[in-house]
Amino acid sequence: MGGLEPMKEIVIISGKGGTGKTSVTSSFAILAGENAIVADCDVDAADMHILMQPDFEKTEDFYSGELAVINQDDCTQCGVCADVCRFNAIPVINGQYIVNPLSCEGCGYCARVCPTNAITNIDLKVGKWFISNIKTGTTMVHAKLGIGADNSGKLVTKVKNEAKQLAKEQNKDYVLIDGSPGVGCPVVSSLSGAHFVVLVTEPTVSALHDLKRVYKLVKKFNIKAGCIINKWDINEKTGNEIKEYLKEEGILHIADLPYEESFTKAMIQGKAVVEIGESKVAELLKESWETIKQSLT
Amino acid sequence: MNIAIASGKGGTGKTTISTNLASYLAESDNVVLADLDVEEPNSKLFLDTELIHKEDKFKMIPEWIEDKCTLCGICQKVCNYHAVIQLGPSILVFPELCHSCYACSELCPDNALPMIPLKMGELAHYKKGNLDFIESRLEIGQELAVPLIAQTIDYVNEKFSDKYIKIYDSPPGTSCPVIEATKDADFVILVTEPTPFGLNDLKLAVETMQELKKEFGIVINRNGLGNAGVEIYCEENNFPILAKIPNSKEIARLYSNGNLIYHQIPEMKASLEKIKQHIYKVWEGLNR
Repeated sequence: MGGLEPMKEIVIISGKGGTGKTSVTSSFAILAGENAIVADCDVDAADMHILMQPDFEKTEDFYSGELAVINQDDCTQCGVCADVCRFNAIPVINGQYIVNPLSCEGCGYCARVCPTNAITNIDLKVGKWFISNIKTGTTMVHAKLGIGADNSGKLVTKVKNEAKQLAKEQNKDYVLIDGSPGVGCPVVSSLSGAHFVVLVTEPTVSALHDLKRVYKLVKKFNIKAGCIINKWDINEKTGNEIKEYLKEEGILHIADLPYEESFTKAMIQGKAVVEIGESKVAELLKESWETIKQSLT
Repeated sequence: MNIAIASGKGGTGKTTISTNLASYLAESDNVVLADLDVEEPNSKLFLDTELIHKEDKFKMIPEWIEDKCTLCGICQKVCNYHAVIQLGPSILVFPELCHSCYACSELCPDNALPMIPLKMGELAHYKKGNLDFIESRLEIGQELAVPLIAQTIDYVNEKFSDKYIKIYDSPPGTSCPVIEATKDADFVILVTEPTPFGLNDLKLAVETMQELKKEFGIVINRNGLGNAGVEIYCEENNFPILAKIPNSKEIARLYSNGNLIYHQIPEMKASLEKIKQHIYKVWEGLNR
C-alpha cells in the first residue's frame, strides 16, 4: 500500500441516471479494499451506504449560502426588499412581507437596501456529511443534502476534499468517487482534480445521448476516461454505436457487462455484485478494476 | 392542470412514463409535455414530433465598463457568490457563479456594471397532433439549471392555457432543480423501482413532496425485479400506487431503440389508462 506513487482519484459518472454507477463503484470499493478511501459524491440521492454498511462515526452539519429573514418588529412594509428581489422570494402574506425559503437564493440584496435594517441573513444548513468505517476495512466519506437545498456542488467538494485528505493521511493508493447524474454543478465539482473517469453507460439512445454530453464536459477537464457498457446485450445496434463513439473519442473501452439480475440480487442482500457467488458481471468487473489500475500506472 | 413526473433516483423511468403518458393522453386531450431535465434532456428521442420554434435562452450577467469604474469595491462586497472580484485595477466577472441577483449592477454608484445577456441554453418547441413538446437544454459548461427550468415553465404558461394537461418531466434528485420543476404542480407522479436503491430514493422524493405539500402517487417501474420493500412502504403509509409496469426485456429493448412502449405492450397501455383515470379525478377536484 502507499509507496512513492501519489494517490489516484477515480470518478465514476454516467450522464444519465440509473445506468449502474453506484453498483460499479461499490464493486470497485470491495476490490480495492483497504487501498482506497471511498467518497459518495451523489449527495442528492446517495445510495452507496446501502451496500457499504457505514457506522456514521463522525457526523457534521454542512452550512452553505444564506437565507434572508425579516424581523417583523422593525419592518415598515415599505416593500423595497420585494422590489429588488429577482427571485420573487418575498411575497406579502397576511399583510406581512415574508421570505419564502425555497425561493430565496441568499444573494443578500434585500438586506443591503432595507432602510430599517430589518433583514438579516442567516447561515443555511444545507445538509450533513459523515465519515464512516465501512465493511471493507477502510473509510467512506458521504453526505445527505437537505431537501430543496442549493449548492450541492459545494457539499460534493467538501466530501471529496475530506476523502482526499484522509487518503493522504492514511497513505492510500486510491480515492474512489461515486459521482452524480447530469452535467451541472455537482458533476463539475466531482470531476475537478480527478485522474481517471469511468463512464458507466448502457446501449439505449438516451444513455448514449447523455454520455456524449457528459463527455464534452470531461474533455474540458482533460481527464483520461474509460467506459463500461452495462446491459450491452439489450441492443446490439446501439451498443455498436457506443463502441464507435468510444473509438472516435479515444475513450478506453473497459468492458461490456451482460444484462443480468445479479446487480439487483446483490443489492437486496446489501452487497456489491462482486461479493455474491460467481457471475459473469462479477468476473468482468474484476477484470475492469485491473484494467483501470493498469492504465493509471 | 400541471403534472410533474419526478423521482429521487435517476434512471427509474421518468422519461418513459412522461413520453408514453403524454402521447397516450394526447389521443383524447390537449397535452403539452416539457422536458425540464435540462442537464440531460432526452424525451425528444422517443417522440415523433416536428420542430415549430426554437429560441436561445439567456441569463443576465454583469459586464464591467472600465471607463466608468472608480474601483470603489462595492460590487465585490455585495456579491454573495464571489462572482465579481476586484483584482488590482480591474474587476473580473465569473459568469458561471453569477445568480443574476442584480445587486452588483444596481448598487454600483457609477453604473459601471450593466447587466447583459449570456446564452445559457436553447428552448425548442415541437408539435404533432394534440401534443406540444417543449425541450430546453443547458449549454455544456453552464452549471446552474434552475434559471433555464424557470424560463421553460414561463414559456409553457405563456403559450398554453389551463385547459391543457401540462406534464413536466423533472430532473432526478431532491435539490433546487427538482423544487423548481415541481413547485407549481397540482399532482406529482413519483416513479420508482422495487429495489433497495429505489426505495431509499423514493423516501427522499416523498419527503420532498411532503415538504412542498404536494399530492402525489407512485408508479412502480420494472415490477417483479428486486423485492417487495417499495410496496410495503407504500401500503404502510397509504400512498397510492397508480400503476405497476412489469420488468420486461421487451420493454427495455423498445426503450433502448427510442420507441414508445404502449403501442406494443398491452400492460403498458392498461397502466397508462389507470394513471389517466387518476389524473382526471385530480382534475375534477381542482375544478370543483
